[in-house]
Amino acid sequence: MSRSSRSRGRLAAAAALTTALTATACGGGTTTDGSSNDDPKTLTYWASNQGPSVEADKKILTPELKKFEKKTGIKVKLEVIPWDSLLDRILAATSSGQGPDVLNIGNTWSSSLQSSGGLLPWNKENFEKIGGRDRFEPSAVAAAGAKGEPPSAVPLYSLSYALYYNKEMFEKAGIDGPPKTWKEFDATAKKLTSDGRYGVAVEGGNPVENAHHAFIFAKQHGADFFDAEGNPTFDKPGNVKGVKQYIDLLANDKVAAPGNAEYAQNQTIKDVATGKAAMMLWQAAGSTLKPLGMKEDEYGVAPIPVQEGQQDAVNSMVAGINIAVFENTDNHDGAMEFVKFMTSDAEQKILNETYGSIPPVKPAQQDAAFGKHEQKVLREVLSNSSAPLPQVPNESQFETLVGTAMKELFADAAAGRTVTEGAVKQRLTKAQQQMQK
Amino acid sequence: MTATETPSSAAPSAPGGGERGGPPARRGLRRFLSARIRRGGLPYLLLLPALVLELLIHLVPIAVGVVMSFRELTNEYLRHWGDAPWRGLDNFRVAVDFDGSVGAALLKSFGVTCAFTILAVGLAWVLGAGASILMQDAFRGRGVLRALFLTPYALPVYAAVITWSFMLQRDNGLVNHVFHEQLGLTDEPSFWLIGGNSFLSLVVVSVWRTWPFAFLIITAALQNIPRDLYEAAAIDGAGIWQQIRKITLPSLRPVNQVLLLVLFLWTFNDFNVPFMLFGKAAPEAANLISLYIYKSSFLTWDFGTGAAMSVLLVLFLLLVTAGYLLATSRKKRGADV
Amino acid sequence: MSSATEGATEARRRTPAPARRSPNAPPASFLWTRRILLTFLAVFSAVPIYVMISSSLKPLQDVTGKFRWIPSGLTIRPYIDIWQTVPLAKYFMNSLIVSLAATACSVVVAVFAAYAVSRYRFRGKRLFTVTVLSTQMFPGILFLLPLFVLFVNIGNATGIALYGSRGGLILTYMTFTLPFSIWMLVGYLDSIPRDLDEAALVDGCGAVGALFRVVVPAAVPGIVAVAVYSFMTAWGEVLFASMMTNDVTRTLSIGLQGYATQTQVYWNQVMAASLVVSVPVVAGFLLLQRYLVAGLTAGAVK
Repeated sequence: MSRSSRSRGRLAAAAALTTALTATACGGGTTTDGSSNDDPKTLTYWASNQGPSVEADKKILTPELKKFEKKTGIKVKLEVIPWDSLLDRILAATSSGQGPDVLNIGNTWSSSLQSSGGLLPWNKENFEKIGGRDRFEPSAVAAAGAKGEPPSAVPLYSLSYALYYNKEMFEKAGIDGPPKTWKEFDATAKKLTSDGRYGVAVEGGNPVENAHHAFIFAKQHGADFFDAEGNPTFDKPGNVKGVKQYIDLLANDKVAAPGNAEYAQNQTIKDVATGKAAMMLWQAAGSTLKPLGMKEDEYGVAPIPVQEGQQDAVNSMVAGINIAVFENTDNHDGAMEFVKFMTSDAEQKILNETYGSIPPVKPAQQDAAFGKHEQKVLREVLSNSSAPLPQVPNESQFETLVGTAMKELFADAAAGRTVTEGAVKQRLTKAQQQMQK
Repeated sequence: MTATETPSSAAPSAPGGGERGGPPARRGLRRFLSARIRRGGLPYLLLLPALVLELLIHLVPIAVGVVMSFRELTNEYLRHWGDAPWRGLDNFRVAVDFDGSVGAALLKSFGVTCAFTILAVGLAWVLGAGASILMQDAFRGRGVLRALFLTPYALPVYAAVITWSFMLQRDNGLVNHVFHEQLGLTDEPSFWLIGGNSFLSLVVVSVWRTWPFAFLIITAALQNIPRDLYEAAAIDGAGIWQQIRKITLPSLRPVNQVLLLVLFLWTFNDFNVPFMLFGKAAPEAANLISLYIYKSSFLTWDFGTGAAMSVLLVLFLLLVTAGYLLATSRKKRGADV
Repeated sequence: MSSATEGATEARRRTPAPARRSPNAPPASFLWTRRILLTFLAVFSAVPIYVMISSSLKPLQDVTGKFRWIPSGLTIRPYIDIWQTVPLAKYFMNSLIVSLAATACSVVVAVFAAYAVSRYRFRGKRLFTVTVLSTQMFPGILFLLPLFVLFVNIGNATGIALYGSRGGLILTYMTFTLPFSIWMLVGYLDSIPRDLDEAALVDGCGAVGALFRVVVPAAVPGIVAVAVYSFMTAWGEVLFASMMTNDVTRTLSIGLQGYATQTQVYWNQVMAASLVVSVPVVAGFLLLQRYLVAGLTAGAVK
């Protein structure tokens, strides 16, 4: 083949490619913009995995969706998406414009997703359609988007962290009640650590859990992972101290089993249920402890300890699941109707009771179902001593980067290396540098 | 290379067929419009489905990916890629700024990937070649053994990796049960899925999955070596080791050229094994570049930088491949003549 | 199938020497090397397979506690439960449909393309082969999102739903396997004597007739090899399946993750399900192994 003909062939191919390119390269989700009502009879709903398993969630939600269908004639196509892939799916949906009509998001992603513009903003007018903003717990709404902007989602299930402990192990060790400060906690945990049993279990291999605890511990040391302008401040002394204190449960104090460093499949809960560990810091664990054979009177729930001498310190994040409407929905009115249904008093009561969470809707909280000990503790923590995770656009990167850095630190500690403050700082600095802008 | 077409069409003015080049001017239009037009077009027609698919599913998305690498595609612009500002070479600069954290991490991940690839491909090849050569002669149980060896390759990747992650658990896994409890090789049970050992785990799992492929290919290649070569060597008094060195290994050279390249590309770009073994937050020691790019794109929501890293990766692979092919085929051509 | 092609296939199958014939018995050093290496490899290959099989027959407490080689008791319970814990049957059907369709289409397209490349000289041939093969170098992560967006845009423009449908996945997988398939088939077709199709052309077959009547039958081992490769690739793919399927179209690679629940991982069920989904591929692979070797011998590996 001659040179000229070859280059001509290449030219033609390049031309064809360019044409194809211009047709698609700039086409990210531009075709259907904004919401419409083109398809008023169906809705697609992406639910997060709240129950014991995806299948269990389907069983829990389907009857409720049937009720909605009966009421409105709108058929809801349900897909329960594991946490692992939910954010990837939302990102793909956002970038293409093709996604669900209504979806659940972790409330910590609120700002990140808000800045992508993929979710319908909940301004006053939209809130009116579902009964007004006043129906919701203000702290839960505050954790649904950046300050001063309309929230990107509406609170659906509220959760908070608490200290769960195995009562029988406490009794055997002669411990009266749950520790209130970390000093007491350490003493208690040391007492409980012996013969292959440990004082506490941590989910060290799970970056998201790690990041949540980093936030709580750092707050107690008076630090934040972002400054007022939203710039990352990961390696500030308070953050380093906080992270180190959490890692030290395994590293220095050795009250958590070394194997915890690779826990990422909720082995923590299992350890507490089976008596391998006496305590854990978890959100609404009751509904998960039950299927593992731990009865309600066998475990205790208390607020997470605070530092020595502290009063009303933060000891939980405002955790929760929010429900959002996808900006590109083709059934806008139906989607609003559905959010209204899901946040109605009756549904709030049913769903939150099933999942062991707290209803963010005030009237529903009054129900007797939420007067149980566990729920009472969670509710008090939520309203008295919780703070929302930083509401900045790159919050989800914070969770990933800091959580992963802590996973590495746990791995170091478990392998027997000493974790110094310097090592913690170094990891956090590196994580911070990887934050984009 | 021979072809079933007439000599005239091999001239510079080959029939234009499906391309846009237009009819060649030098030959008469009449001749061009003859029946041969159909024949000239036929190969293009046969290629058309493959071409369309490759263009649609591979090339266009790849090209879009390359375009992405020049833009600031963060969460703000995800919905409207067209509005994402151009960043020129900035994404690339971030990626290769090895003093910066992103670049340093990329470089480290690149180093891990290179070490992993060399080890995994090398071991897979050695085991595959060794086993196939040793199994060249028939012996009792050879068929069963061959089936056993090939099974890991046939298993779907997720089934295989899930099983390994079960075995590699620290507290309840088989590996520690054997090494720590039964053999007492370690004082403490080791971690295999986090920390430094995770690199080893990754290599072992990867070799476990890929060596049967090398075994299969080399087994097939061995059947192409004419028997009389061995017979002649045996008559000359060459022992079995000498036969392997003088006949078998040289005959495998062309196969090895392709096999090593394919293994290299597959292993270097492997995403499934580390992803299923370690999840999204892979330990640093096993943070392969494909995972790192995934993390940069999907977890830190910077698709532009992620794409730039992919492009750099591809450039590297192209360079290596071209260099490798050039070096090995020159040798081969020299040997053939 | 004409007798001529049958003869050719047979002849090719017979020519390679299946075993080295050495007049003397191999020396002890060779035998010991063989014993040691093959034993090591047998253990290496077999242990995970043993773990899979034995764990799938264990009661749950055996797989959640310390590892044990010998199950405390055997139960087939996991094999019953797997179908309830997740809708495995549905995922299985999805995987089957997607993999079979992708394989069938990929083979047909690859045969056409390989025939063109093997039998014709045409402009752009080098460009075609080089481009197609170099796509193998691109990490899937680079074009995951663009492909997703492209599918959605095609869907919006034409009304053909590719995202979330089996069709989209089929298209994706068949394209993924094309480069290697074409390359392997070109090698195989090159090894088929050209006299065969030329004879068919003289007999009055068109080029396409010659392809179907003569070349394809003679290329069966190569085609089977390509089909096996395509099927395995489609059956095992994870990344694109995680992004492009939904509740209805989810395939096994994603569905299997459902055995890890919030409460615990049902390892015995995971292993049982892994075995169940592996059996079709492994069985098919081992049954067709002979073809695979034949296909590779004559084709790619020459």
